[in-house]
Order: sequence, then C-alpha cells, then structure tokens
Amino acid sequence: MEFSLSSTEPLIRAQGLGLELDGRQLLRDISLELQPAEIVTIIGPNGAGKTTLLRLLLGLTRPTSGSVQRRPGLKLGYMPQRLQIDATMPMTVDRFLQLGIEGVKVSDALARVGANQLAGARLADLSGGEMQRVLLARAAARRPQLLVLDEPTQGVDVGGQSEVYQLIAQLREELRCGVLLVSHDLHLVMAATDHVLCINQHICCFGHPEQVSRDPAYLELFGDKVAPYTHQHNHHHDLSGEVVDDCCDHGHKHEHKGNPEP
Amino acid sequence: MNDFSQLIHSQFLWYALGAGLLVALVSGPLGCFAVWRRMAYFGDTLAHSALLGVTLGFVLHIQPTLAVGASSCVLALLLVYLQRRQHLSVDTLLGILSHSMLALGIVTVSVLDINVDLLSLLLGDLLAVSSQDLLLMAAAAVVIALLLMWLWPRLLAFTLHEELAAVEGVPVEKVRLALMLMLALLIAIAMKVVGVLLITALLIIPAATARRLSHTPEQMAAFAALIGCIAVIMGLTASVLWDTPAGPSIVLAAGLMFLAGQLIHGERS
Repeated sequence: MEFSLSSTEPLIRAQGLGLELDGRQLLRDISLELQPAEIVTIIGPNGAGKTTLLRLLLGLTRPTSGSVQRRPGLKLGYMPQRLQIDATMPMTVDRFLQLGIEGVKVSDALARVGANQLAGARLADLSGGEMQRVLLARAAARRPQLLVLDEPTQGVDVGGQSEVYQLIAQLREELRCGVLLVSHDLHLVMAATDHVLCINQHICCFGHPEQVSRDPAYLELFGDKVAPYTHQHNHHHDLSGEVVDDCCDHGHKHEHKGNPEP
Repeated sequence: MNDFSQLIHSQFLWYALGAGLLVALVSGPLGCFAVWRRMAYFGDTLAHSALLGVTLGFVLHIQPTLAVGASSCVLALLLVYLQRRQHLSVDTLLGILSHSMLALGIVTVSVLDINVDLLSLLLGDLLAVSSQDLLLMAAAAVVIALLLMWLWPRLLAFTLHEELAAVEGVPVEKVRLALMLMLALLIAIAMKVVGVLLITALLIIPAATARRLSHTPEQMAAFAALIGCIAVIMGLTASVLWDTPAGPSIVLAAGLMFLAGQLIHGERS
C-alpha cells in the first residue's frame, strides 16, 4: 500500500517488516525510516538478511508481514551486488549507461565516478573494481533521490575500497540523495556513514556509528573483529571527555541533524 | 538447363524459400536472447512439446500451425509459472519436461494413428509449405518482429540484470512473458521449416555465429538474422541439388558457418 508522504517525510518507511520463506523466518519486525540526504549502512553477519532487507525495501520481494511505504514517485538508483553479464552479449560501457536512461551524458556519468577511460570498453572485459564503478555510475546517472548499494566494494581491492566510500559521500553531496548501503567493511563504513543499522534477522541496534560500535548487541556480533577500532575511539573519548561527534574527524564532515532514533 | 528453369518456376520452391527466410529473420534476434539468457533448454522444451500440439490439433480439427502456436503459448505460461516457484533446478525441470513431452507426442501420434509423417514433424517439411502455411507464418513473423522492436530496450535491460531493470521501472514479469510467447510463436512457425528436433539449433547457431562479428546487441541480432537466411538458402539449394532433407541441411549449413567463424577467429587471435 502507498501512502502520500510529503517532501519532509522519509523516502522510505518500513513498519514491522517480516519475511518468512518455507517456514524459516528470514527477517522479523524491521521498522526504519530513510531520510533524504542521509547515509544509512546496513551491517550484520553472513545470513543476517541484509540483501533480503534491501530487496524488501526496493519492492523486489514482498514481505510476509508489515509494510513498506515509498514516497510516491521516489526515484531509485540501484547498484546490484554484481552484474553477471554473459560474455555472449556484446555490450559496451557507454551503451549500458544509456540503456533506458533518458538524456544521460555518458562522459559526465563516468567522470562522476572517475572512470572516463572505460567509455568504450566491453562490459564483459571489466575487472571487478571497474564494474563496480560503472554500476555506481549508472545508479547515479538516473539522478536518484535514494541510492541503494548492495556491497559496493565487492571485488574491489583493499586500496580501492575507501575510495569507493569517498565516492559515495561525494555523490550524496552532489545529488543530495539519500544512500542506503549494505556493507562488510566495518572499519571503513563506520567512518563514512551517518547511521548504522545492525541486523541479524531483526534489528540489533541502530544509530550513529559511534553509538552502534559501543552497543552490546553490536559487540556481541562483531566484538572481536572491530576491537582495535572501538578501543581506539573509546580511548580517545575517555581522554577528551567529549562524546559521539568526535568520531568524524576523518577528513570529511557530517552534519548531524535531527533525532537519529528510529 | 531445362531442369533448372523448371525449378525456378516451381511454386513450392519459392514458398519454401519464403517460409525459411521468414523464420530465419525472426529466429535470429530471438535466438540472441536465447543465447544471452541461456534459454536453449527452454526452447528445446517448447519445441519438443509442439508434437503434442499437432496431435491435439488433429483431434480438435484445428490447423496444425495454429494448434502448435496455442499449445506452445500455454506451455510457455506454465513454464514461467513453474520457474517462478524455483523449487527444482530449472535445468532439471526443463530436462524432464522436454523429453517427456517429446515421448508423449510420439506415443500419441502413433496411438491415435494420425495420418502424419512423423519424420516430417521431427525434421521439418519445408518443401511442402502451402500458401496458407506461408500466410500464417508471415503473420506470426510480423507479430514477433513488431513485439521485438517495441520491447527491445526493455528486453535488453531485463537480460542484463532483472532486478536492476525492475528497480528502474521495467515491468519485468510482462517482458519475460512476452519473450516466452514470442518463442512459442516462433516454434509454431519454425516447426514446418526444421522440425521439432532442430528448432533450437536454428535459434542458437546463427546467434552464436553472429557473436564474433558484433560490437552491439543490435548488430548481433542483425547478423544472426542474416546468417540464418544464408543457412536457409544454402540448405535449400543443397536439398534441391542433392536431394538432401531440407531442414537438416539448413541446420548443417548454419553449423558449418559457425565452424568457419570459429576457425577464422582462431587464426586472427
């Protein structure tokens, strides 16, 4: 069902989302709101239902309980986890970017993700990292109000991963769009997102990265893996006596506005 | 020389050529989707079931091409539904269906003692195309061609990534259905040309041969149609000159072109 939401209202609002498949409860009781121009990152262990949640929010899968309301006419840019193009289809990057998008300028779209040199390349010949950039370029070329990215750094080497997150932050600034992404790169994500949604079939915790990384539910899931990061920040904050917002001196600024609580 | 001029004036040959070219023209672009989407097995299943359509048409007194068209469409819808449920591997499902349907078709043909030449159903009967056949084939080919042109960008987007296309507003289920129905129609008209056993070859081989020559999907579709037409002309010529069966000769010609393409490409790289 669609409700009319005004422009100050969330881009997507999910209430009590649940999905049951063959008697298995994949997701339960997920409620969240995605605000305009805000980066929200979904994290969680393998099998937590991260991609499933994306699919529900995008309307690709129908929930078995709860509801998703998208702002009417919401323009989505979607970057799938991977594009497994069959090598038998001759398709170049520029053609791919033009397919189904009205009036797109290929050079602009590629410049935005720093991939101009790929314009004439065949899609089937791209490396993992190049493909991710092209997919990101396509998602952004539609000038979406919400950019949905499923593991945008998959297949990207370690050096390129932080670049991808910088790119996402830039795109948010340029397009003034909301960003919803699924990620495994805990260290990088914590520095590059406004809010973190940690799920494991249900919502474990939600909030600013700093809040989440101290949340017992988060530590239970990821405690060992991210110990150095958490420790560093706790230590820093202990000394300064300051809280939360200090976490963001990684060279780019976030405006924390409004109330992050769901 | 006398034989030749007689041949030129024989209507059946022109009908055969017309029918073959019509089918090749639409099976080229459709075959590209069969190759891109790895639907060879799907095409096989539809084609193999066409025999059952013929027997149904016989029992109900319906023109064979129409009967096969209708039964293929029903089966295509059924397959779309079964695929969506995805409990069995699609390959397995199609493999079971494909050959069971073929067997069922052959058994019913013999049990009902239908007055048809089984071999011509299995391998085609191009030289027996009537003017009525030709008209029906032309109508179906026009429908397929119009649908292809209308849906082309959406078909491409759907083939590249179904979910991306869905998020971007392509009605993927409708596009999928349209593709299946186009294939079902093609099978109905291709049966006369190459027979139910060889239809998939006519879909796959020209498209696969065109792959090497093409830089865009449109080029590949056009080359596939062209290669199909050349195969029809070569096969038909062989059939007339050496009295070989027309359908298999066409497929063989396509196969030889594919082989030549591989060899030439192999030398270049």
